[in-house]
Amino acid sequence: MNIKRSSSLMLRHFYLIRSSFPRIFDLIYWPTVQIILWGFVSKFFTMHSDYFNNVAGVILSAAILYDFLFRSSISYNMLFLEEIWSRNIINLFVSPLKISEIILALTSSALIRTMIGLVPAALIAIPLFGISIFELGLPLILLLFSLYLFGVTLGLLVTAGLVRFGPSFENVAWASLFFIAPLGCIYYPVEILPNWVQPIALGLPLAHIFEEMRNILVNQSVDFKNIYYAIGLNFIYLTFAISIFYKSFSSAKQKGTLVNIGE
Amino acid sequence: MKRIEVKNLKKQFNTIEAVKGINFQINQSETLALLGPNGCGKTTTIGMLLGLITPTSGNIFINEQELNYKNHQFLSIMNFASPYVELPKKLTVLENLKVYGRMYLIKNLKDKIDQLVEDLNLKSFLNKRTGELSSGQKNRVSLAKSLINDPKILLLDEPTASLDPDTGDYVRSYLEKYKQENDISILLASHNMDEVTRLSDDVLMMKEGQIIDHGKAKELIDKHGRDTLEQVFLKLVREKNEH
Ligand SMILES: Nc1ncnc2c1ncn2[C@@H]1O[C@H](COP(=O)(O)OP(=O)(O)O)[C@@H](O)[C@H]1O
Ligand SMILES: [Mg+2]
Repeated sequence: MNIKRSSSLMLRHFYLIRSSFPRIFDLIYWPTVQIILWGFVSKFFTMHSDYFNNVAGVILSAAILYDFLFRSSISYNMLFLEEIWSRNIINLFVSPLKISEIILALTSSALIRTMIGLVPAALIAIPLFGISIFELGLPLILLLFSLYLFGVTLGLLVTAGLVRFGPSFENVAWASLFFIAPLGCIYYPVEILPNWVQPIALGLPLAHIFEEMRNILVNQSVDFKNIYYAIGLNFIYLTFAISIFYKSFSSAKQKGTLVNIGE
Repeated sequence: MKRIEVKNLKKQFNTIEAVKGINFQINQSETLALLGPNGCGKTTTIGMLLGLITPTSGNIFINEQELNYKNHQFLSIMNFASPYVELPKKLTVLENLKVYGRMYLIKNLKDKIDQLVEDLNLKSFLNKRTGELSSGQKNRVSLAKSLINDPKILLLDEPTASLDPDTGDYVRSYLEKYKQENDISILLASHNMDEVTRLSDDVLMMKEGQIIDHGKAKELIDKHGRDTLEQVFLKLVREKNEH
């Protein structure tokens, strides 16, 4: 793996974002709207619930963290779709850029894109609703890291689909995230799910991440077991996704679809 | 030295045999034209040379080393241009050249870019977005990208197919000059006879995935008793159809 070669692709996305105000606006706009919406929802719940006193903080923090996952995964696919739309993708494949270097470039560019959107949204929530995800403290970094790994995993899987089946696979990108949301136990504990669904949910890192977020905010204590469990699961899924990504390339090369991927 | 050698190369897509066991070689500083009608297998052949398509069978040697699909390093001495690939539209010409220079790990990139800008006359639109250029200007930028690594092997898939005659002529003249001054082997897929006649040292006539004749343009014309390469092409393409 050559970092400099990989950075050429990051540079390309940096130039793209820098040159395009609508793109920056788009990155910031959606998370902010999302946060404001959930801010009001949580405020309403605080007034009508005595389930626990930090309900607003729990819901809004969950919304911000879920958005982080959503954005990182979508960013990943957008980066790749951008290459297909601009008909640039063959230029990348005929260069000495390796697949691992593409993965590295997409992974870091997606993180930057996600941060551009999320940091302003998280900051806005502080004066507007008096809620700060930074109250999660140091474990926040581990939770975000874990979510990011899962976002990249989903991003890789959908991108593999784009490589293999072409841009029409894009819809699956969106569907996959909405499909996973109910199983992710983002806004409610895993016990709410029907018994037979619970093991499936626990097999995903999301349930552990959001469980721990609630634990920290409600009980003011950190249970690292959940975090380690989530990160462990993440690495299993990530390894699987990377191997699927490689497979999609070799299968596209067999089928000859890389040559006319944009059509 | 053989830059490219292809032995019994085949590609089958499901039921379609796109390339049916072809053999050819391109020596150092030689230009070979693949001449044939639509669907005869030119793009598939180029795709296999670039590692974009895995051959069903056969061997490819680049610089006398068998092409290893796991290791992409052979691509650093090759490059490719075609009207069906474009550079990112939102990036300026200069930004695109910087990105690709970095991707090919070019040393003294600034000098290299200056030289390409000078040679291909890109100066007046260097800071314009690539998507805002005329198709002739875009084509010159794509050509600059494809020469940024001083490739030893350049693959061109119908490079002037979508250009007006004037720009097409500019590109052909530029390539003619470039290959005289540089050590570069070119594989040119085309059905533009003028292009093939002017640029190529050797011509492969392809039809339905097979090589039906090969030789220098002039030899082919003499051998088939015609006046132009176009007439030879039409003769060969129609002749076999009658069997
Ligand atoms: N990915 C693919 N899947 C199936 N058939 C293909 C694919 N790519 C090319 N073909 C077929 O292979 C033949 C050769 O195509 P191609 O190499 O593109 O020809 P040319 O570039 O000479 O016009 C054509 O019949 C084409 O339809
Ligand atoms: Mg073609």
